[in-house]
Amino acid sequence: MKRVFAIIAVLMFAAIFFSVVGGYSERQTRSPLAEYYLTQVPRELGAPNVVTGILITYRGFDTLGEVAVLFMVAASVGVLLASKSGENAQVTNVTSIDESEPSELVRTGAEVILPLIFLFGAYVIMNGHLSAGGGFQGGAVVASGVMLLMLASPATQLHHGFLSVTESLAGVLYVSIGILGIVFADGFLDSHILPLGTFGTLLSAGAIPLISALLGIKVGAELSVVIDRFRH
Amino acid sequence: MSSSIGSGTDMAGEVGLPVSQILLVTGFCLILIGLAGIFVHRNILRIIIGFSLIDTGIHVVMVATGYVTGGTAPIIDAALDKANAATNAVDPIPSALVVTAIVIGFSVTAIMLSFAIRLYDARKTLDIDAFTESKW
Repeated sequence: MKRVFAIIAVLMFAAIFFSVVGGYSERQTRSPLAEYYLTQVPRELGAPNVVTGILITYRGFDTLGEVAVLFMVAASVGVLLASKSGENAQVTNVTSIDESEPSELVRTGAEVILPLIFLFGAYVIMNGHLSAGGGFQGGAVVASGVMLLMLASPATQLHHGFLSVTESLAGVLYVSIGILGIVFADGFLDSHILPLGTFGTLLSAGAIPLISALLGIKVGAELSVVIDRFRH
Repeated sequence: MSSSIGSGTDMAGEVGLPVSQILLVTGFCLILIGLAGIFVHRNILRIIIGFSLIDTGIHVVMVATGYVTGGTAPIIDAALDKANAATNAVDPIPSALVVTAIVIGFSVTAIMLSFAIRLYDARKTLDIDAFTESKW
């Protein structure tokens, strides 16, 4: 009976989606807002990547809120899983390390690939304003490297104190750059506090690369902490 | 559901099915698969996978609605010069929104997984039928 209701519900959704797809014709024009972004991001902000310009400057406050959400997730995952590991942390820790010794392939592969993953993460973070990428994407790449590190050597202990200090420092600097924007430029998180530089070079587009780097550090540290919490 | 897939492939056989339409169909199919998974499965981990599929499907649909015919990525490079950006690029707004949505989706998944771990600790099972306290 439950299954019948499930099928009916899915079919009703399918009918709605089908009518949406049937009535959709590909867009031929951009909205005025999209045209504004497409012309103003390269001209005003000096950033070739329009999406990064929107994320970091025009919707900067929203991005700050997003980072706050990530921070809350890292904290609440810690709260949810910490009390459990307090009860029987020692026992599960020892057994899990004994049982899941990684294969030589994973260990050797990680030694070769890990530096490349971290380097690629840093590259993606620093080129966020020039090409596809940015703080969030690069931070996720770095965190995936941390995950591989944990798979390759389960005995590795992440230094939580160091990670939380790094992450808080990046957050404080991010907000301070935002406040500097109020003082020296047109508003909170305005990227015009630094010179625009030459269009298309690494150090250009005002404060965008700086904010990108801070975002990358913050996201990378937070995701690493979340991954590490799930280990115990 | 089968009818939408069928019509999608039929139309793909003809020349010039718009890319965004293919993406829309794919995204909606992912959403339906995720919904079916949530309804049918009783294992909490599988239900979480269903939520992730719905998430991904919605992201694909959102990106698809930002596509403008013949547009390229909204990044100024060899394929797109500054002067033509407003007429040759796709709509950048859905892409920017999806970046946000992916991060929020990740956060929701992480919270769901940690709740699953806590539930497993409480009952030593991941079967959702074992948790009847909040059922009405």
